[in-house]
Amino acid sequence: MNKRKKEKILNTFVLIFAVTAAFLFLMPTVLTIANSFMTSTEISANYGAMLENMTEDKKTYISDSVNLKFIPDKVTFDQYKNVLLKNPDYLMKFWNSILLTVPITVFQMLLAIITSYGFSRYPNKFKNIIFFTYIILMIMPYQVTLVPNFLVAEKFNILNTRWAIILPGIFSPFSVFLLSKVMKRIPASYVEAAKLDGASEFQILTKIHVPLCKGAIVSIAMLVFIDYWNMVEQPLILMKDAYMHPLSVFLSQINTGDIGLAFAVGTVYMVPTILMFLYGEDYLLEGITYSGGIKG
Amino acid sequence: MKKRKDQCGRRGERIFSNICVMPSLIGVLIFFLIPFGIVVYYSVINNPIIHDFVGLENYKRLMETIAFRKAAANTASFSLISVPLAVILSLWMAVLLERDIPGKSVVRTFFLSPLMVPTASVVLVWQVLFHTNGTLNQIIETFGGGSIDWMKSSHGQTIIIVMFLWKNMGYNMILFMSALASIPRDIIEVAKLEGASGWYQFVHIKLRYLSPTILFVLILSLINSFKIFREVYLLTGDYPYDKMYMLQHFMNNTFNSLDYQKLSSAAVLFSLIMIVIVAILLAIENHLGKDVE
Repeated sequence: MNKRKKEKILNTFVLIFAVTAAFLFLMPTVLTIANSFMTSTEISANYGAMLENMTEDKKTYISDSVNLKFIPDKVTFDQYKNVLLKNPDYLMKFWNSILLTVPITVFQMLLAIITSYGFSRYPNKFKNIIFFTYIILMIMPYQVTLVPNFLVAEKFNILNTRWAIILPGIFSPFSVFLLSKVMKRIPASYVEAAKLDGASEFQILTKIHVPLCKGAIVSIAMLVFIDYWNMVEQPLILMKDAYMHPLSVFLSQINTGDIGLAFAVGTVYMVPTILMFLYGEDYLLEGITYSGGIKG
Repeated sequence: MKKRKDQCGRRGERIFSNICVMPSLIGVLIFFLIPFGIVVYYSVINNPIIHDFVGLENYKRLMETIAFRKAAANTASFSLISVPLAVILSLWMAVLLERDIPGKSVVRTFFLSPLMVPTASVVLVWQVLFHTNGTLNQIIETFGGGSIDWMKSSHGQTIIIVMFLWKNMGYNMILFMSALASIPRDIIEVAKLEGASGWYQFVHIKLRYLSPTILFVLILSLINSFKIFREVYLLTGDYPYDKMYMLQHFMNNTFNSLDYQKLSSAAVLFSLIMIVIVAILLAIENHLGKDVE
């Protein structure tokens, strides 16, 4: 009895701690959305000091300190009107983001499914070496592959076009690494049974591996999408023309100017990822369930 | 037995599985490996026009560059602190959430929310938090502490660690939670019946089952520790205060000043270090694999 009581008290403490931590983690998301509904006067009252520091000219600041505020004094859609109606620039950049991120995600995943299948069946020494190389490549920060990317783009004459970003993106080995690990864990008996029924290798891929890995495929695709949706370095280096830049690059530039607008654009930019979460959170939670180790 | 059967698989099937790897391999060769070969070549010549072989001259020059040493030291110390921290904290949270508490799934979703927010928007929030007159300093001052110039002091690295943990802990936690859930219940029940303490159960049973996941999370965190540069860059620009000057800053700036020799040497050096680290991790995995079986 005593032990159960102790357990109960402990659980309450854990609950309080977990909820507090969870709210801290959620805070930036809520803050971005909440601030996007504030009037520009309220924004400059709260963040005036920061603007003053950053741009020095123009804006006169009101408060000495910078305040985080969750609840707007007056809810307004002014910032959204600016973003969505008055200035077509934002929507154009949003479209640019889609033009880059969607092809990369779709083709990287298609390629990853085929490649991972190849890695998971009949492993040999040669494949192991390739896989090791992929792991190394996957870890590299963008700055290491920057020169190779640049050289190839120059060679193929695709510098300053979307291809300079899309093509290396498609062949990025991150998803291959994750998916191979999941596919390698498919029980051999499934494959044997399918073979006895006369399934070809290609049918084994489409009828067994893909359906069994559906959760993993969806959740890896989400991770890949989120990564490229927020890209910053690649466009800055590989595309000189600012009109082709994705909104992620542009968003960081608004930050130093109109903060209220930046929150609204940020919220608009969040919509696709939120929708994806609503659809795929369960996959994300169970997706790479039997993941473990490095080799797979 | 199983292995034997695989090797006897029909030749056509083996070839098919090899062909499956080819498209990706060709792309990786064209876009990463072959150009990286050129980078290695660049690192041992004097300049891209004359092509004189200079041996390790560029590497020597790189080592003598103070900015490089500082950047390498910052990146190394950041990764050495933040990666283990990301693993331990998220494992700890996952174990805590194993308890029978309500609202677990909501908590989990909240922890994943950092994945949704656009990087640039988050950076804005961090700027407000860590500003000299910002929220964090206000809180410190209410409790009687002195305000800290976060961005321009040795606390700079703390900011990066906080940003990194905030962004990556959620997903790590999810991976640990599902790994914990897949540990066979009966083993733990037996341990409980025999009077094993919670700590004993954790160290001797759970950790053994978790070890592959720990390695996996470790490598994911390593990748993400380099990816957090995006946030750092948006927060600080090209030339931040000393403690926030990362290897990626150095490489970006070297790229912009067109010193390809130095940049190539840095890239090659970095790759060599990563090869060593991954090889060590793989060796550990092989060792553990034997242990569990």
